[in-house]
Amino acid sequence: MVATQAASASPAPHSPPATTKVSARKVNLWYGEKQALFDVELDVYENEVTAFIGPSGCGKSTFLRCLNRMNDTIAICRIQGDIRLDGQDIYDKGIDVVQLRARVGMVFQKPNPFPKSIYDNVAYGPRIHGLAANKAELDEIVETSLRGAALWNEVADRLDQPGLGLSGGQQQRLCIARAIAVSPEVILMDEPCSALDPIATAHVEELIEELRDRYTIIIVTHNMQQAARVSQRTAFFHLGKLIELSPTDRIFTSPEHQMTQDYITGRFG
Amino acid sequence: MQDPNEAMQRRHTVSSFDQELTDLTNQIVQMGAHAERQIALALKALVERDDELAEQVIEGDKAVDRLEEEIDQHAIRMLATRQPMAVDLRVIAMSLKLSNDLERISDYAKSIAKRSRRLSSAPQLKPLVTIPHMASLVQAMLKDVLDAYIDRNAEKAMEVWHRDQAVDDQYNSLFRELITFILEDPRTTSTAIDLLFVAKNVERMGDHATNIAEKIHYMVHGVQINRPRSGQP
Repeated sequence: MVATQAASASPAPHSPPATTKVSARKVNLWYGEKQALFDVELDVYENEVTAFIGPSGCGKSTFLRCLNRMNDTIAICRIQGDIRLDGQDIYDKGIDVVQLRARVGMVFQKPNPFPKSIYDNVAYGPRIHGLAANKAELDEIVETSLRGAALWNEVADRLDQPGLGLSGGQQQRLCIARAIAVSPEVILMDEPCSALDPIATAHVEELIEELRDRYTIIIVTHNMQQAARVSQRTAFFHLGKLIELSPTDRIFTSPEHQMTQDYITGRFG
Repeated sequence: MQDPNEAMQRRHTVSSFDQELTDLTNQIVQMGAHAERQIALALKALVERDDELAEQVIEGDKAVDRLEEEIDQHAIRMLATRQPMAVDLRVIAMSLKLSNDLERISDYAKSIAKRSRRLSSAPQLKPLVTIPHMASLVQAMLKDVLDAYIDRNAEKAMEVWHRDQAVDDQYNSLFRELITFILEDPRTTSTAIDLLFVAKNVERMGDHATNIAEKIHYMVHGVQINRPRSGQP
């Protein structure tokens, strides 16, 4: 008798019962006349890293930006569907977008520190959100955030120096420190390592692994090996549609869909 | 579910990657052909009591070892340079395993050749029937499983997998027969044991052919085969 079974389709070992942090249903999005997302439906689990992969223009970044309403800033952008954070509709009229973006932080492709000191870069968010009652508390938040971003040991003695004076990899970790300073629940990362060298990339990947204990992370990446290394589940997008969302070890050894296979093995187009 | 064969035949954007995969497949096939030949010659040496041919088999094993090294180097270099995913990853990773199975098969042929040199100087215990028959089954299995590998045909590979039972059955019956020889006339012990080892070697070759079949199944479908097969005495 020959029986087959799925190779390790089991959930990630660290989280027996997965809690849904973000859920999206029937999300459609248009830039003017052009539709960029088609009926995207997926769940993101708490304390997991979910990777979004797909060719340029597939909608992965667009979808990522829906999750903290960054697309609101684009005038011609129109969105339909249902996106929930902890079950709460984030496009509800009663939602405070500034508050939402504090809960759902973001790190961009190019490190973009403010033209301010290292200290002020991190202190900026807590200040505007009124998270610290006094200077001592703010100092504490800055230190904790910089430690959390694995940057403290490198900058502790020069917090008053400009953030832009740091190396690219350090700048990116500074941006991560800035993102976590407001105690977000979800961190969105849009190709956070594509402008970094391999060593700086390794630092950020190491950091992602640590951050997973406390945050839910969604990372868009063009680097397939990076998605394989850092994420527990991977979503493959193509032409604005979600093609496949599977456990990462499954998607990179034996994906379900032909298109996923073609993309990750370099057989596209 | 996608068609795995179609997936493997589609071209990569980087065409040199396709060429490397083709080269790797050819290396495995070449090594398989060597291993097949080693079995055939070892059995011929045994049946015809040809010490010179046995020497050739022992010498020929080195070429198979060299091929295994070449395949491993090639596969490891591809892992490093191509960072393969999905079906490509499975093809390359399995080539490392297939080369190992083929190397083991060739080793067993060498062992048979060594026994053959001893057996040729001793009187014949009985006409050699079962062992050549087992060997012909194993040779056919190896040939077919290599064809399945070339075609990326998991079903054909699994058809070979089922055929190993016949080899095991033959081995078990020969085992009992040779024990009877020893019990009836202890002077036959040494020759009977040599024959038993030869039969065991052939039986192990069959096991490696089934291993190859399992690996082809994994290579094509990305799922492991459960193996509830018995057959060991």
